[in-house]
Amino acid sequence: MNQITTKFQIQVINQDQEFFCSSDNSLLVGMERFNSGCIDVGCRGGGCGVCKIKVIEGEFTSKRMSKAHISEEDLEQGIVLACRIFPASDMKIEAELTQLPRVAND
Amino acid sequence: MKKGVMRPGHIQLRVLDMEEALKHYRDLIGLIEVERDPQGRVYLKGWTEVDKFSVVLREADEPGMDFVSYKVLDNETLNKLHQELIEYGCNTEEIPAGELNGCGRRIRFDSPTGHMFEIFAEKEQTGKWGVSNVNPEAWPRGLKGMKATRFDHCLLYGNNIAGTIDLFQKILGFDLAEQVLDDEGTRIAGFLSVSMKAHDVAFIEHPEPGKFHHASFFLNTWEDVLRAADLISMEDVSLDIGPTRHGLTHGKTIYFFDPSGNRSEVFCEGDYHYPDHEPVTWTTEELGKAIFYHDRVLNDRFLTVLT
Repeated sequence: MNQITTKFQIQVINQDQEFFCSSDNSLLVGMERFNSGCIDVGCRGGGCGVCKIKVIEGEFTSKRMSKAHISEEDLEQGIVLACRIFPASDMKIEAELTQLPRVAND
Repeated sequence: MKKGVMRPGHIQLRVLDMEEALKHYRDLIGLIEVERDPQGRVYLKGWTEVDKFSVVLREADEPGMDFVSYKVLDNETLNKLHQELIEYGCNTEEIPAGELNGCGRRIRFDSPTGHMFEIFAEKEQTGKWGVSNVNPEAWPRGLKGMKATRFDHCLLYGNNIAGTIDLFQKILGFDLAEQVLDDEGTRIAGFLSVSMKAHDVAFIEHPEPGKFHHASFFLNTWEDVLRAADLISMEDVSLDIGPTRHGLTHGKTIYFFDPSGNRSEVFCEGDYHYPDHEPVTWTTEELGKAIFYHDRVLNDRFLTVLT
């Protein structure tokens, strides 16, 4: 368990925040492990669309995302779900914190 | 049961990656893999279930629920309910026997909340898994993960739950066991039973039609729920919330996500319902406690993260 994993720097440029994430974690899990709150957390499985971000710069690998939330056009523009992409270099991203609709107790 | 609907029969869920999904439903939740069909769908069941299968997984681009099906007493009941569904105004479709391996003719119908439902009368009965029906032992050896006993119910989100609840009560004979009413007395959640269970299906009002909140699997004890929580941590599974208790139904529960983002629940115990019982009511003032009895605070994710 002494294996050293590279941690990439992930800059959230529109929020002036950054966190570090290894290539075996999704950006979303990396952000959660860094105790950052700069991306909304949903199902963490590519299904709900809550963690939508835009990749401005940097390399990554990705897993399948729900077509209901990410279209082919979105992918071409770098719009992805943070829970399904894994960094392969330092990255610059934009993340909009959506005001999740609230009920009753507000 | 008053209209001849007996119980939830099966639910078909869409997943992004079948092998990952099987690690979740078979190896973690502990459902038994029954078989695969030529379309690539995988059939599973809880070990106590007598019918051949109760969960069908289908690989697709978009996770969520295709439909949930209820088993009725016999073909006469199926035909009668089919006619009543048409008269009620549902669009119905007859799915031939064998479209799902081992399942008889199904009647599929739409609903005001945008969900697709089915009823059917016949399914191959392969018996409980790993135990005989004569002098049965207490449980079978070789169960995996959480050792879920059965597919219990699902919770669906959509607009116009009043319409779908009316359909389930009038045509299918479900009873309203529990509800949440807002300040104006509008029902924003309804838990329906067709048995003695606290719920066989549940609906929560939501602006977008046809959404899936969770599929729930039954465990026997609170110790089993804690053990499920241990497994969720050991396997680094995406946790939603729990272990905790609901105010609604008083079930003891934990929620987590499958690898495609569909929410799963395992739970134990909870209230029971008889047809002559008045519905139990929670008010929106106490909605936090109704949903999470200990925290008494709602989390946004539980209300808004859907597939």
